[in-house]
Amino acid sequence: MSIIAVPELEAQAPVSARRQRLPVVSLGIVAIFVLVALLAPLLAPADPYDQSLRLRFRPPVWEERGSWAYPLGTDRLGRDLLSRIIYGARVSLAAGVVTVLISSAFGAAVGLVAGYYGGRTDAVLMRVTDATLSFPVILLALILAVTVGPSFTNVVIAIAVILWARYARVIRGQVLTLMTLDFIAQARIAGAGAWRIITRHLLPNTLNTLVVLITLQVGYVIIVEASLSFLGAGIPPPTPAWGSMIAEGRDFVTSAWWVSFFPGLAILLVVLAFNLLGDWLRDTLDPKLRQL
Amino acid sequence: MPAVIDVRDLRTHIVTRWGTIKAVDGVSFALEDGETLGLVGESGSGKSMTCLSIVRLVPRPAARIVGGAVRLDGDDLLTKSDAEMQQIRGRKVAMILQDPMSSLNPVFSIGMQMREPLTMYHGLRGSAVAARAAELLDAVRIPSPAARLRAFPHQLSGGMRQRVVGAMAIAGPPRLLMADEPTTSLDLTIQAQYLGLLKDLQQRHRFAMIFVTHNLGIVARTCDRVAVMYAGRIVEMGPVRRIFTEPTHPYTQALLASIPRFGVRRERLTAIAGQPPDLSRLGAGCAFAPRCPAAFERCAEAPPETTVAAGHVTRCWLHGG
Amino acid sequence: MAANPPRLLEVSDLTKHFLVRRGALGWSTGVVRAVDAVSFDIPAGSTLGLVGESGCGKTTTSKLILALETPTGGSIRFEGREVGTLDREGQRAYRRSVQAVFQDPYASLDPRMRVGTIVAEPLVINTDLDAAGRRRRVAELLDVVGLPERAATLYPHEFSGGQRQRIAIARALALSPKLVVLDEPVSALDVSIRAQILNLLVELQQRLGVSYLFIAHDLAAVAHMSHTIAVMYLGKIVEVGDADAVALAPRHPYTKALFAAALPIDLDRPREELTLSGEVPSPLAPPGGCRFHPRCPFAMAHCATDEPALRADSGRLVACHLY
Repeated sequence: MSIIAVPELEAQAPVSARRQRLPVVSLGIVAIFVLVALLAPLLAPADPYDQSLRLRFRPPVWEERGSWAYPLGTDRLGRDLLSRIIYGARVSLAAGVVTVLISSAFGAAVGLVAGYYGGRTDAVLMRVTDATLSFPVILLALILAVTVGPSFTNVVIAIAVILWARYARVIRGQVLTLMTLDFIAQARIAGAGAWRIITRHLLPNTLNTLVVLITLQVGYVIIVEASLSFLGAGIPPPTPAWGSMIAEGRDFVTSAWWVSFFPGLAILLVVLAFNLLGDWLRDTLDPKLRQL
Repeated sequence: MPAVIDVRDLRTHIVTRWGTIKAVDGVSFALEDGETLGLVGESGSGKSMTCLSIVRLVPRPAARIVGGAVRLDGDDLLTKSDAEMQQIRGRKVAMILQDPMSSLNPVFSIGMQMREPLTMYHGLRGSAVAARAAELLDAVRIPSPAARLRAFPHQLSGGMRQRVVGAMAIAGPPRLLMADEPTTSLDLTIQAQYLGLLKDLQQRHRFAMIFVTHNLGIVARTCDRVAVMYAGRIVEMGPVRRIFTEPTHPYTQALLASIPRFGVRRERLTAIAGQPPDLSRLGAGCAFAPRCPAAFERCAEAPPETTVAAGHVTRCWLHGG
Repeated sequence: MAANPPRLLEVSDLTKHFLVRRGALGWSTGVVRAVDAVSFDIPAGSTLGLVGESGCGKTTTSKLILALETPTGGSIRFEGREVGTLDREGQRAYRRSVQAVFQDPYASLDPRMRVGTIVAEPLVINTDLDAAGRRRRVAELLDVVGLPERAATLYPHEFSGGQRQRIAIARALALSPKLVVLDEPVSALDVSIRAQILNLLVELQQRLGVSYLFIAHDLAAVAHMSHTIAVMYLGKIVEVGDADAVALAPRHPYTKALFAAALPIDLDRPREELTLSGEVPSPLAPPGGCRFHPRCPFAMAHCATDEPALRADSGRLVACHLY
């Protein structure tokens, strides 16, 4: 029984933004990257660790002396470049995903707590965040490599330990805006405590931002990992990693250019794809963010 | 006496992803010296877009003026070039908007902002600019005007800021002043001061004024005539007293009946059923018909403007046509 | 001899001061007396309208009553018990009895939650109804505010402003509160929708016996909805009494100016024209004596030094030396 006549429930034209054209190329590259990394053993034509001094510095297939057995050529130990690049994708993907997941979870938590409580908690947390942001990642990784020794774990730790601060900053900013909105006060009036407000109201409304940030950061992490591997502070040989592969070809850039070129190209394409994808996500999700 | 502003069948369309919206759909009215027209309506009625169309500031490229004529002292503004319009805007036709904080640039002092129209339109130079600016601030009753020139917008209260905006608007002096909800963001007592100021300025400079608002109380006190807009059309227009005491259009009647009045307490207000119209999905008939308690078959066809009494027109099949 | 039933809400000398740091190093602190010794009552099933301009303290007062801020002084008694001294269980019970509807229909509903979840949230936090029970209650509440049951599955952005306010009202009623604070509930809505919502609120009061603290700057709406009106200026109540008396025959000069500025649409209603000069002073440095005296057209010499107390005059309380 209604008190008054039921008004027409006119669903407004949904504000969910009509998708701009999907970024097919970026999505495609990212998808290929992930698939290649996951299915490496099935895709690689040869064993990436298989050395053969006889086959050193074979050029790619389209040059003289190249062959289809080694489509992109071989490096200075006669290992197939294509297979090493394929397996290298695993390292990059693992480093990217693990690091970003750890740092985003921790960083978002810090941002949420700082934004919600404000006051002294916020001040202290933000000072810690600022200090962390100003510390150079490469330096930390080098220190770890020198003291503890280079390894995958150390790369992840070195990057994550600093990267979380970026998430904390951004999420805190968004939380501050959200806190001024009435629905937070309403939750309090309904008796909700800090935990409920943070997890059920603040966090879901920051997810869009998190998704965009995460996508953009994966590319960044891949570059940092590659840089560390290039410097010898990252994934130690013989594990194929794009950065160290570039380093290995450093002295032969004029003679056996392919050894450095193709790993470098792989990094370029993958990072570019993630950045473009992140940009597109931000543009698509932004109207909803502004709706807040 | 020729009209200061004569709008004939003005039409402005906005192209959106959900279709073309007829934001202004054949609006006509004329104003003389010193006359004030209240433009009333809800969100989406087209009242703000009408004002923007008059000075050709519609948001391009989505919005376009597609028809009609706007004659300012006999001169059709819709046929003018962009350069000519630049000379007219701010000088012969001035506008005051709702939010004074966005009308004033927060990083420039008041004096610097007033300098622009004075040097551009009146060719003033040097110390004459500051003198004239102080004069204008004094005309809008800002105390210590010379000192205020050095102040920044954030140092002034809302009411003061609107006065500064008003000072810039009367610098012309304009032939037509359009005020779009100028007092909505002000406190009530400040609002009363401001409305009194506008009327005094109008008396002194004899400009025509279009006052856009959704507040019928303001209309009752400050306007000579009122035009009620709905879905881009004027559905009723006439002298204020007549419209308020003998409204003919069902929307006007419903609007007046839905407003709480002093001294008539705690009876049910007459609510208007339904929701404001979706402008992208208007049919060919009267836009108010879906919510009209008196709608009948003829309403499937859009009613023309019919004259009910001297100076009083309405768009409703219940009243001839 | 039957005792008088305690009034639902009794506010006495309620005070809230905010500290403001001034000076380069934060030495001297100023005090904003946002709410200064304010007293009023709200009986059960009745509406108190609270009016005043920016800086008068009505928003802070509503926050104090909603326990979103703690008072610096004075007391709030709900059903005879002092709210500040309630134990944890008592405080939770108070929360359940006092709810709110705010101005902005676009900010008061979490855009990421479905309507059903939004309306059910107070139930989840405060009751042990199971999911089916909550669903039933939500359907009941949506029906009471005139929305169909399927609204529960939709998101807020699929509704218009007026419909969202209905959802906000449904949520406010979820725990069957005894008092609902309405802070500008219709000012963000189109004029033709306001009547719908105001009618709904009146019907709910008649049907459920809920009291309202109605805050709005639309004085005609306040006069329409309220049984009693209190007028605030710079943290103090300057006039309070029966709504008709205050609205139609105001006594305090500020109330007169306020209602004169309200511009009724009845052209023939006799009005006392009273336009105030000057701006509303900053709450950091309120004038001495009667806070209104710098702008008062009837100010006398001692208005600058002696603060007037609320005194009874023609059926209401006025704080003015004229009476």
